[in-house]
Amino acid sequence: MQETIQVAQNLPSTPQTWYLILSTILFSIGVMGVLFRRNAIIILMCVELMLNAVNLLLVSYSSYSGNLEGQVFVFFVMVVAAAEVAVGLALLVSIYRNIASTDIDVLSRMKW
Amino acid sequence: MGSEIIFYLLSALSIFSALVVVFSKNPIYSVLSLIVCFFSIAGHYVMLNAQFLAIVHIIVYAGAIMVLLLFTVMLLNLNKESEPHKSNLIKVAAIVTGGLLMLTLLASLRTSQLPVYVSPTDLGLGTVQTVGKSLFTDYLLPFEISSILFISAMIGAVVLAKKER
Repeated sequence: MQETIQVAQNLPSTPQTWYLILSTILFSIGVMGVLFRRNAIIILMCVELMLNAVNLLLVSYSSYSGNLEGQVFVFFVMVVAAAEVAVGLALLVSIYRNIASTDIDVLSRMKW
Repeated sequence: MGSEIIFYLLSALSIFSALVVVFSKNPIYSVLSLIVCFFSIAGHYVMLNAQFLAIVHIIVYAGAIMVLLLFTVMLLNLNKESEPHKSNLIKVAAIVTGGLLMLTLLASLRTSQLPVYVSPTDLGLGTVQTVGKSLFTDYLLPFEISSILFISAMIGAVVLAKKER
């Protein structure tokens, strides 16, 4: 642990704006995937991608401004994301059992 | 110089694997490239001196969520290119919408007056010790509430996925 900190100290680090741009790109790819795909599992994965883009931004701000609370918040975001995936996949399995598909166009019969 | 090269490599890896997640036809490839994307994001966390979050990220995402996703994809027998054909109009509209969102966000980043940080401060910030101390003193109540959330999510998942008889 001490050595990794030492290594990071010796290297000149990247400007924080690059992390902003990277997480913007990742978030946009996630949005694009939610709109692009029809498979509900892949849509869940793209939601995870968007959550991770936001997490990356929070961690970069926390680390660059010297404030720990961003990292604690990222921890709670991970907790909620894990719970969301568990419940979402259980929903998908039970939907698949009923209509034998995870296509969200088929699921549009759920509206009323 | 070295950290910039690592940043570029990790960023290229994460963006490429995110694109593979969206555009690959086979759901198994999507899940596997999502794992690659999560590992590269964990690498970013290490570069940002958030060691605790990097380890937790790998354990939670690569350990738990990926197993769940792969298990579901294989259980539902989706490991083939079985996506129904959809019109090209929707694809083009989705790509244009995502691109416009990215363009808008980047343009607003350029013009906004953000605080400029050059390098990470306080290098001992993201260690297990400091994050754990903060979690168990200042954020004790949210921490315990999140365990209730986990229990309810667990019970909910079991109830939802159980076969009705």
